[in-house]
Amino acid sequence: MDLLGYGAFFLTTALIFSLVTLGLNLQWGLTGLFNVGVAGFVAIGAYTSALLTTPDDAARLGGFDLPILVGWLGAMLVGGVAAAITGIATLRLRSDYLAITTFGVAVVVQLVALNAQTLTGGPFGIGFIPRPFGGLAETPLLFNLSNLAVVSVVTLIVYLALEHLSRSPWGRVLKALREDERAAISLGKSARFYRVQAFAVGGAIMGLAGALQAHFTGFIAPDNYLPALTFQVWVMLIVGGSGSNIGAVIGSILVWAIWAGSGALTSMLFSPEQQARAASLQIVAIGVMLCVILLVRPNGLFGDRPRRPRFGKRARVAPSESGS
Amino acid sequence: MNLQFVADGLLAGSMIGLGAIGVTLTYSILRFSNFAHGDFMAWGAYATLAVVGAIGAMFGKIAPIAPLSFGWPLIVALIIGMAATGLLALALDMVLFARLRAKGQAIIVVMASFGASMALRSLLEFIFTSRPTYFSRAIQIAMPIGFGIRITPDQIALLLLTAVLVLGVHLLMTRTQTGRSMQALSQNAALARIVGIDVAKVVRVTWIIGGGLACVAGVMIGMLIQIRPFMGFEMLLPMFAAAILGGIGSVPGAVLGGLIIGLAEAGAVQLIGAEWRAAISFIILMAVLFVRPIGLFGVGER
Amino acid sequence: MSQTVLDVRGLEAGYEPGVPIVRGASITVDQGEIVVVLGPNGAGKSSLIKAIAGLVPITGGTVLLDGKDITAAPAHTMVRLGLAFVPQTENIFPLMSVEDNLKVACGILRPREIPARIEEMYAAFPDLARQRRTAAGNLSGGQRQMLAVARALIVHPTVLVLDEPSAGLSPKFVAMVFEMLAGIRKSGVTILLVEQNAKAALAIGDRAYVLVEGKDRHQGIASELWNDPVVAELYLGQRRPDLGKGGAA
Repeated sequence: MDLLGYGAFFLTTALIFSLVTLGLNLQWGLTGLFNVGVAGFVAIGAYTSALLTTPDDAARLGGFDLPILVGWLGAMLVGGVAAAITGIATLRLRSDYLAITTFGVAVVVQLVALNAQTLTGGPFGIGFIPRPFGGLAETPLLFNLSNLAVVSVVTLIVYLALEHLSRSPWGRVLKALREDERAAISLGKSARFYRVQAFAVGGAIMGLAGALQAHFTGFIAPDNYLPALTFQVWVMLIVGGSGSNIGAVIGSILVWAIWAGSGALTSMLFSPEQQARAASLQIVAIGVMLCVILLVRPNGLFGDRPRRPRFGKRARVAPSESGS
Repeated sequence: MNLQFVADGLLAGSMIGLGAIGVTLTYSILRFSNFAHGDFMAWGAYATLAVVGAIGAMFGKIAPIAPLSFGWPLIVALIIGMAATGLLALALDMVLFARLRAKGQAIIVVMASFGASMALRSLLEFIFTSRPTYFSRAIQIAMPIGFGIRITPDQIALLLLTAVLVLGVHLLMTRTQTGRSMQALSQNAALARIVGIDVAKVVRVTWIIGGGLACVAGVMIGMLIQIRPFMGFEMLLPMFAAAILGGIGSVPGAVLGGLIIGLAEAGAVQLIGAEWRAAISFIILMAVLFVRPIGLFGVGER
Repeated sequence: MSQTVLDVRGLEAGYEPGVPIVRGASITVDQGEIVVVLGPNGAGKSSLIKAIAGLVPITGGTVLLDGKDITAAPAHTMVRLGLAFVPQTENIFPLMSVEDNLKVACGILRPREIPARIEEMYAAFPDLARQRRTAAGNLSGGQRQMLAVARALIVHPTVLVLDEPSAGLSPKFVAMVFEMLAGIRKSGVTILLVEQNAKAALAIGDRAYVLVEGKDRHQGIASELWNDPVVAELYLGQRRPDLGKGGAA
């Protein structure tokens, strides 16, 4: 019974990760937009929903005690708008600028979470976030299973919607733009608008995932949204294979299993005072894994395309070492 | 407003600027934003610290060069650290970046640098733990130099070192065959090969310069603040912002961008509090991207 | 004369495996000659000389320079081997000064001889001397072409290879460029060039090849080729050679 409960808990977390990864897949896999600030967009969603749904708290702004669903919608809206602004600022420029800007977004969100006490509760975060089926908390198994059900349904809806989108004319335009940055830039405004849309929808999905996570654990703090989160999600997408929605889901579950498993292993093998060091080794291993996959199997398990640059032979891309 | 922020800003700007030179060179010559560049700083600082420790073990306690807080061991260690950091950058390029570059998609290289950054930083955390450490615990007295500004001898020495290094890199870029080759490669890689430039060699020089300067910046941070595995990662945003503000590919631009951001940060610390320091580079970055994405000395996309 | 300097035999080359653009082209260039490669659009002229310069992967055949096999030599070693290439476009570094454009190409010269060599180039191209501090990107089209040629000549190449030097230039500059090439040949440099402007090129050339679909289909003395009916046929491309005798003139 305990195992079943843990299984449900594990799967819920993994599916929330899949949701983030699906958002990233829309941005990167389908559209070729490089987001290094995933954690920031997830945090925006989590804090937005927490702010909207928590009971009134004298120490900070809100909460507004609104229904959970309103919180989720708010999370998607704010996450989407934040992503749209980021996109508008950078998408007419080279893709690296988007990477740098999203990285900056994550830094600033982290800063706001830590320092804007009246908005975010500061380093201690926000507690008492209403949990769906909170009444069931007495019986953890039932509680976990019902949460899993909710998260599964949301993930399924998002998955189906994204599958539909990627087959639609809209999705085909995005794929075409992905293949050729130059063409995308020269197509100008309309191309940029498509990409901003994709980036915003991806940001909204990440926001939603952040909200789900917040309501699942009932408590959020800045520490939940460190760069390591961004990194985990990237590994999940690359392992699954960018461009494939099913790959994004399976990659997330797989990498989360490896992560949780190795975490459990280190807590068994290392003494409590060595835990922090062991955890850093975990990140080293995942970092190396990401690089090895990029080198050896850049399309991951389910990747949909050979990423061959159309203008690879032009010198523009990068000077390859001559003679090699 | 207290003018002390000018001194603080110049120091912070030196650290950012030295790092931004590496970022801007990597970007203009290898065509990618290297997210692992900040971690070169941290590795450089730890490498230098390790060499200082080794020298201390071999020669015993060595008196500092008055009025500075350090003696020749740190100077020697810094030179060795610079070489080591350059080699680290070279090694990373060999096993990772060069292979991905050969596949042709620049943004994949950016992603790999992000992964490498995570791994490098966490490896430092594993070896040295995340507890901060210091080159010297001695407290230096800051001397007043007028206008209400106080500055320590170490700080003066580091500002001078920065000026010398920046001048050196500038002369290298504009007056030597190596520097001209680097410029040529950043402007037109195919033509660079046609005129006989060995691309692989220029790439190596670029990494060594970037790594060496990152090490100096890391040691500066270590001397004036503290040494932590995260020290370089936290410099990443200011460095990128400085490189873009100055105009990608421009060495003087990167330094000027670094100084502007350093001064803005120091001013903001005085006005709105230290906890918001990191937001300054983001605001400047966004402003540049909206108003003049090619930066101060930039020449636009080619 | 007739010591062969550049000997290209059965060259096959292309950007992608299995899609050759150059399909078995053979040409020779003798000491002191100007050899012109003509051909219709898309014949692979440009790819042919880029392959010779090491810029397009070679999949078959050989390239000999002064009897030495340079087929597999990387592009950046070509100047050392004696082959200097002038691309059709983007053939200068636009943000560097004229002087730095010349200096950057001097990598294989001894540092001591560089200043004198640059002065020699300025003497040969006075227009460049007047603008030595100007950013190359601000030069006129003809001056850019001059700079590109000067940059190639500065390392004393055995063979100068040019890709459509007259492309995009106004008629006045076209004449100037070909005059310049004729002058360079007088100084003893062997020249191989690809040209779209057949009339002007044949006027200064010694011999010429006609390249069609990646293969050399015809060759002859430059001055005779202009009136050669076969050339007209090949150039027009659409009609079969055996039907064309009467129509060409």
